Amino acid sequence: MTALADALAQAKAENRAALIGYLPVGYPSVDVSIDAMRAMVEGGADIVEVGVPYSDPVMDGPTIQAAAEPAVRAGVNIADALRAVAAVAQTGAAAVVMSYWNPIDRYGVERFAADLAAAGGSGAITPDLVPDEAGPWLAASDTHGLDRIFLVAPSSTDARIVATAAASRGFVYAASTMGVTGVRTAVGSAAEALVKRVKALAPGSPVCVGLGVSNGAQAAEVGAFADGVIVGSALVRCLLDSPDAGGVAAVRDLAADLAAGVRRR
Amino acid sequence: MTAYSATPDATGHFGQFGGRFVPEALIAAIDELTAAFHATQSDPDFVAELQRLLRDYTGRPSPLTDVPKFGEHAGGARVLLKREDLNHTGSHKINNVLGQALLTQRIGKKRVIAETGAGQLGVATATAAALMGLECTVYMGEEDTRRQALNVVRMQLLGATVVPVTTGSRTLKDAINEAMRDWVTNVETTNYVFGTVAGPHPFPLMVREYQRVIGDEARAQVLERVGRLPDVVAACVGGGSNAIGIFTAFVPDAAVRLVGFEAGGEGIDSGRHAATITGGVPGVLHGARSYLLQDEHGQTTESHSISAGLDYPGVGPEHSYLHDIGRAEYRPITDAQAMDAFSLLCRTEGIIPAIESAHALAGAMDLGRELGPDAVILVNLSGRGDKDVETAATYFGLKP
Repeated sequence: MTALADALAQAKAENRAALIGYLPVGYPSVDVSIDAMRAMVEGGADIVEVGVPYSDPVMDGPTIQAAAEPAVRAGVNIADALRAVAAVAQTGAAAVVMSYWNPIDRYGVERFAADLAAAGGSGAITPDLVPDEAGPWLAASDTHGLDRIFLVAPSSTDARIVATAAASRGFVYAASTMGVTGVRTAVGSAAEALVKRVKALAPGSPVCVGLGVSNGAQAAEVGAFADGVIVGSALVRCLLDSPDAGGVAAVRDLAADLAAGVRRR
Repeated sequence: MTAYSATPDATGHFGQFGGRFVPEALIAAIDELTAAFHATQSDPDFVAELQRLLRDYTGRPSPLTDVPKFGEHAGGARVLLKREDLNHTGSHKINNVLGQALLTQRIGKKRVIAETGAGQLGVATATAAALMGLECTVYMGEEDTRRQALNVVRMQLLGATVVPVTTGSRTLKDAINEAMRDWVTNVETTNYVFGTVAGPHPFPLMVREYQRVIGDEARAQVLERVGRLPDVVAACVGGGSNAIGIFTAFVPDAAVRLVGFEAGGEGIDSGRHAATITGGVPGVLHGARSYLLQDEHGQTTESHSISAGLDYPGVGPEHSYLHDIGRAEYRPITDAQAMDAFSLLCRTEGIIPAIESAHALAGAMDLGRELGPDAVILVNLSGRGDKDVETAATYFGLKP
């Protein structure tokens, strides 16, 4: 069992959804981003997604792009992400890498898996890698006992949901709405419908929901039907508004609000 | 022919290249597109309608032009130009766009999006959208909207919305990123008219099949005109659609050399170029594995070319495959070489080529000098240079 699986099991035992927070490593700097990840855990995040900034983030909206672009220009890379993973793991929270495929491909799939496991990471989320193309990653993640989290979307067919859930380990990432990352005022009914479909088609697979959640109330709403609530852009926004200790404190406060949300009944 | 036509495999791989590296949210749409594409390829009504449009609207077949005065500067070789510049809208892009626009109608979607670099694909897509009553949005890097201002106005005249893209390097690759974001968000109503033989399966296959008319026509025209096959077929390569279009018919002709000319920019050693196969390594960008200009961390590096249409850090996966199996060669041509050839064709033959196509002309000059006067060189003149007049005026220091 990875730390991620433990965290999901622990939340389930507490009859609540897990809180999963995303931040890209390297914005506003590698050190401050790591401070913010630790603050997220202090605020109550169970799992941290350590984002790898990438030059061509086709799944990301303006908020995450705005943080990733300067990080890419500064040369932030997988090695920095692994340093962040190690820092998060030391807090006792679970860490997973969230990366577009090419940085991992370039680093070397087997080398990435070995180094991620050595850093104490639980696995990786790969938003532009579908299981159909994931042969080397399936093998490397097996070798090193890592989770591999693939995405399903409202447009996914039943057959693809079954196959994606079967290839996934850790949880299945349900992209709640069609579209790119970003804060949304309403999470929408598509998310709940999608989670129900996954649970019916792949019983026993934890399903966590991402894209759009920004506050405790929405976290409570999503937490009522999902095994985990994933928050990204709203946390990134804290650092964009205040790329310093104030932003780190804002991340802690938002994480606390979200953590209270997933505990609300 | 059979071995080659068998590529890509059912999952869109050309050897180790190609595939589908896209968000799951798009898989259902590209599965639908793949199925519709295959169904329409064997549907006589669809095929007849596309052929009618290519003939009556585009003006096909495009002519084959002997350019002996230009050939004197190419070692005296016989140079033949396949005149895609004479197509309606001024380039080969219309061949593919009409196919994809008809396909959009067939799958019942009402809106198309496209990315554009030089503006040729954008103009072609806006044209087809106007013809077929589709709503059209074109994403174009802000840098390119300045370089190709005339084409922005043409798209607007045709009723399209042009969105300047201000992220990243503000060129073609970023326009593709923004178009992909639109597509992920609006995939239920929208079809992405991808402009080149790159992107996720089925685009490399589909665009090839819509562009292969260039080589199918040219092969017959050369045989009729010269009485034999050409020694070399030359084309410029950015994403690579005009090159695949003219190469495909000749791939089974083992004696015919296929040479793609990449944008060497200010020279490969300068680092400011867009010669993906010459200067790149395999990686994943925009949905497929192919050669790619990237740094040691897997970040795409910014490309450079005087030609907006070649200014792209990726290349279609089939070109990577043809390179790796040794069936085609890829060479860089610098900005300066391309502009010399551009000027030469204007003055010797009265044809103003697109700067993209001038890379193939420069390549043909080198090939002719290597092969001598008995050689027959077929060049894809993929587009006309009207859009490049301002760039050329600046480059040559001309004033109106």
